[in-house]
Amino acid sequence: MAGRVFGMDVKRIEDPRLLTGRGRYVDDIHLPGMVEAAFLRSSHAHALVKGIDARRALELPGVHAVWRLGDFGAEYLKKPLAVTIPHPAVKQPFTQFPLAPDEVCFVGEPIAIVLADSRYIAEDAVGLIEVDYEPLPAIADCLKALEADAPRAHKGAPDNVVGRLRVNFGDVEKAFATAPHVFKETNRQHRGGPHSMETRGVLASHDAAADLLTVWSSTQSPYNARRFLAAHLGRDEHSVRVIAPDVGGGFGPKAAYYAEDVAVPLAAMKLGRPVKWIEDRREHFLTANQQRDSIWRMEVAADARGKVLGVRGHVVVDNGAYVPYGILLAMSSLNPLPGPYALPALDVTAEAVFTNAVATSPVRGAGRPNAAYTLERLMDLVARELKLDRAEVRRRNLVQRDQFPYATGMKARDGSPLSYDSGDYVAVLDKALALGDYASFPARQAEARRAGRWLGIGVASCNEDTGMGPYEGATVRVTREGKVVVQTGAAAQGQGLHTILAQVAAEALGVELANVTVSSADTANFPLGVATVGSRVAVTASASTHLAAMEVRAKALKLAAATLEVAEQDLVIENGIVHPVGVPDMKLSLAELAAKLISVLAVPVPRGFTPGLEATAYYDAVRPTYAAGSQVVEVEVDIETGGVKLLRYSVAHDCGVVINPGLVDGQVIGGIVHGIGNALFERMIYDEGGQPLTTNYGEYLLPTATEVPRIALAHLETPSPLNPLGVKGAGEGGTIPAAAGIVSAIENALEPLGLRLTDHPIGPQSLLEAIDAAQSKSGATA
Amino acid sequence: MKPAPFAYHDPKTLSEVTALLARLEGAKLLAGGQSLMSMMNLRFVMPDHVVDLNGVADLDYIRESSGRLEIGAMTRQRAIERSELVRAKAPVLVEALEQVGHHQTRNRGTIGGSLCHLDPAAELPGMAALYDAELTVLGPKGSRKIAMKDWALGYMTTALEPDEVLTGIAFPLWRERHGHAFLEFARRHGDFAIVGVGCLLALDGAGAIARAALVLVGVDVKPMRLDSVETLLKGQVPGPELWRAAADHALKIEALSDAMVSGDYRKRLAGTLTARALARAAERAGGARG
Amino acid sequence: MAETRKISLTVNGTRYEREVEPRMLLADFLRHQLGLTGTHLGCEHGVCGACTVQLDGVSVRSCLMLAVQANGRAVRTVEGLQAPDGTLSPLQAAFLAHHGLQCGFCTPGMLMTLDAYLKENPHPTEAQLREAISGNICRCTGYQQIVDAALDAAGARSGS
Repeated sequence: MAGRVFGMDVKRIEDPRLLTGRGRYVDDIHLPGMVEAAFLRSSHAHALVKGIDARRALELPGVHAVWRLGDFGAEYLKKPLAVTIPHPAVKQPFTQFPLAPDEVCFVGEPIAIVLADSRYIAEDAVGLIEVDYEPLPAIADCLKALEADAPRAHKGAPDNVVGRLRVNFGDVEKAFATAPHVFKETNRQHRGGPHSMETRGVLASHDAAADLLTVWSSTQSPYNARRFLAAHLGRDEHSVRVIAPDVGGGFGPKAAYYAEDVAVPLAAMKLGRPVKWIEDRREHFLTANQQRDSIWRMEVAADARGKVLGVRGHVVVDNGAYVPYGILLAMSSLNPLPGPYALPALDVTAEAVFTNAVATSPVRGAGRPNAAYTLERLMDLVARELKLDRAEVRRRNLVQRDQFPYATGMKARDGSPLSYDSGDYVAVLDKALALGDYASFPARQAEARRAGRWLGIGVASCNEDTGMGPYEGATVRVTREGKVVVQTGAAAQGQGLHTILAQVAAEALGVELANVTVSSADTANFPLGVATVGSRVAVTASASTHLAAMEVRAKALKLAAATLEVAEQDLVIENGIVHPVGVPDMKLSLAELAAKLISVLAVPVPRGFTPGLEATAYYDAVRPTYAAGSQVVEVEVDIETGGVKLLRYSVAHDCGVVINPGLVDGQVIGGIVHGIGNALFERMIYDEGGQPLTTNYGEYLLPTATEVPRIALAHLETPSPLNPLGVKGAGEGGTIPAAAGIVSAIENALEPLGLRLTDHPIGPQSLLEAIDAAQSKSGATA
Repeated sequence: MKPAPFAYHDPKTLSEVTALLARLEGAKLLAGGQSLMSMMNLRFVMPDHVVDLNGVADLDYIRESSGRLEIGAMTRQRAIERSELVRAKAPVLVEALEQVGHHQTRNRGTIGGSLCHLDPAAELPGMAALYDAELTVLGPKGSRKIAMKDWALGYMTTALEPDEVLTGIAFPLWRERHGHAFLEFARRHGDFAIVGVGCLLALDGAGAIARAALVLVGVDVKPMRLDSVETLLKGQVPGPELWRAAADHALKIEALSDAMVSGDYRKRLAGTLTARALARAAERAGGARG
Repeated sequence: MAETRKISLTVNGTRYEREVEPRMLLADFLRHQLGLTGTHLGCEHGVCGACTVQLDGVSVRSCLMLAVQANGRAVRTVEGLQAPDGTLSPLQAAFLAHHGLQCGFCTPGMLMTLDAYLKENPHPTEAQLREAISGNICRCTGYQQIVDAALDAAGARSGS
């Protein structure tokens, strides 16, 4: 479905600026009179703050203020942050205050804001504040938090349960009662934090004369940021403007709503000067939302051919101390079930648990990688126990080509049945297997074993709900000069949003890409927007841009037809010129048409036409559209060190119609590397008392270029029938099955030792310990 | 994460350095900054005074003199890595340096800084131990020499007095033909080693081991020479059984345990890497069986 | 009143004279005193590499240097890579062609590291290139398109 620019690997229009150091991230913005902020943050995981003494801090030259919550007005003491995604299952909706007035529930929770001439001085001042804490018992482990005598993460709470959820369909009881085989497995998964290279940041400025509060924020959702901030401050949304400038990565947690998002604007309004706060990396470790632990106790019922008859189980999810996102992470862990598989019966419950650590919320993939990991380990379990090939077991269980649209048995949030719109999961799997030379691997493995090398191969499949509703919107406008301007509320953090929208608009309007300008993520620039999460903006923003551009096209052609006195259907637009096919000299440019419609004083707009050559459209995604992917991973394990090397990585990916193949590749590869981090490297460790132990990049490991293999990609396109372009989202599909494929490969490498791997991340020490245990049990040697 | 305030001093000569150290309280010497600046940004250290050595003359040299490789304390790791002299006479230093951080680290980092910082997993202190290097320090009373085995006193603590500065390191070169190896196990390329092994091995005319030096980094607060293994190896013919015996000996060490890595795991790595390093060094020494 | 030092240095060929507090990091000096915000701070403890600039031609982490240490030296930042008429350098052009960036935050550091590296090693293998950028963390691209761009710039890939 490639056109002139649509579907082509065009260079990004964002890049020339970013390549030459002319990006404009929050910290690059200077406003006259601006001061910088630092926060006094709790050094205890759980405590009461009896008081602070800021006298020495206030004496420091260059310090403007040290404020606690009450300094902004007594009404704020009764107003915690809103639960941005409420859910009836949330029994104890504890949220933070913009600054903690008394109880602090995680290390790093902000207590006071310090304003100074520079961040250097602000940090000096923070160091001079004395805090009187009354420590309280803290709980860090989410399983221990469920024990009857566990410390309560919140003082006085009856227990540490946030809430319970359940998804189920089919007759699970019968499936398990009658199945020839039932297998059990528990897995413990850990995913760390987002670690976008740009940390969070908020710059707030209040124009008292206009009573307009402007906030630049490194956010994935300017509209949510505006909505919640305005509500918290008791202001009309109209008087708050939120702009996301260039944003250096988001990956989920920048869509959340934080204490600092309110504290900084409060400080700016009270001080009467712009206030900038840039999260430093240590703050990011402590206070940016993470995912952390989920423990899945699962059972799978299968027939002799490995066809899964039912899956049931229970997952415990570490929620952290607060629920600014409601119970979303637990929901996101259950809702992707049954994944790409046609399961007849499912019954899984989830329990989100309070702990004294920063709140958990979706990190790239959201809970989908967790659900996929569980399903994939269960598929491997069935294959191993029944001595079947792992790929074949998947083939037998995947939703088949002729079953689409496939009603899974699950329900959407509004209670309607969820169905997978289109896809060919078996073809995707087969393509990945071919790309990864899966069929010839046993011979490669055997030869390697003879040479004393332990190679393994893993397979993992997934699907992904993308393009979730409600909507994004776009205005497409042709200027008097013939330039095309696209404005959207959608926000970007590196996905190339401007480029794909420019491609869509240029294709529809028959103009050169260079003639299209895109602006986004500014609440004053476009009326309504939602958020860039869950791989939704390629669908919603490009569909709405397409709809708006087509409206503009229709209007241009209608006016041109009337002016040139030809039939509309005979007209084409080439390089911004409208003319009848084969008659290039009879023409009107889009610029000329726009000028007519914009008109000037005392000259009427052409009769029968509304002013301007522009249109605004929203694409409201009523149902998600499903992308899919399969990955084949080859590893080598050094059984004397526990070291794992990724030798080969192959992926087949289907995200429907592709707007820009190079950008999709980048999203898939980048997503896979998050998965490599999840599988092998990233662990956010807290001690028993809730003290974070990994708070810098020496202790918390992100994959670097030497740890990542070259990734081979193959694409399929099963267009989405749900939106006019047939597009599906691509942002997270690389991450979702990655950890499963890697762990599967390591387990396969160590098969002669009878090793079973259930948890991730898996580091060399724990792998060596597992190898040692397996070797001594079996008496086997290397 | 900005450093706390300090008074800054940038001496130009060594005598200015010692004069400053003699009179200042709470002073830290700043060399390459790859460790100290990190700690200062994190406010793990907040010195009142920073004495910047980067402008001090005559501390940046690599030369051979009387059978020793002499390197000035402020010589950049990058310069050592690229030095033709070092590649020819002490190639194990190059092999170790290739594991030190990343390019940016080595472009600024110095050998003196690494030896004074004395991170338990650092490669360069291991190299100094491997060679029984001699360190020269300068103080108000003049200069003195400290053998590497007397240099490391404890966890990130050296024999350097508060009023002294390290000026140079001398590596006695092995005159006889020998093989070398440096191997480490780290989570990612460039990370601090969990365990690293450095090895020099010389063979006699009959192909037996005439001389061996083996050092471990990362298992203790300071580099650990494996004297008992070196003794075991002497006079023996290289081969897999010998390497296994050496590895078994290495397994008997006491190794550090911390929140991230257990002592047992370090020991296992020590054994494995010792065998592999010996095999590689023997191969390079001209021994046929690796 | 905090002690300040006068420094004089060249950045991208232009001479600057300023007065700075000794503790001011070179990265903050470039960004906030000189307004050269292309250099970014990602971690401030010397691991992520986003702050990489060139000091007298070699790549260094500007978060681990004090501005006063650049006195009398020549610094080059991402703003100095393109030609005076705005033409992108071959490396920048290769990044553009291969989608070697997504959010752009790590990009200046990547470019300065690679620019220095390719001058020393003009025809690296892929493995060598990955090692060269192992001190620069990217959270978006997964490195592959960056490596493709660098190989292209090095002229190693035929037909690109």
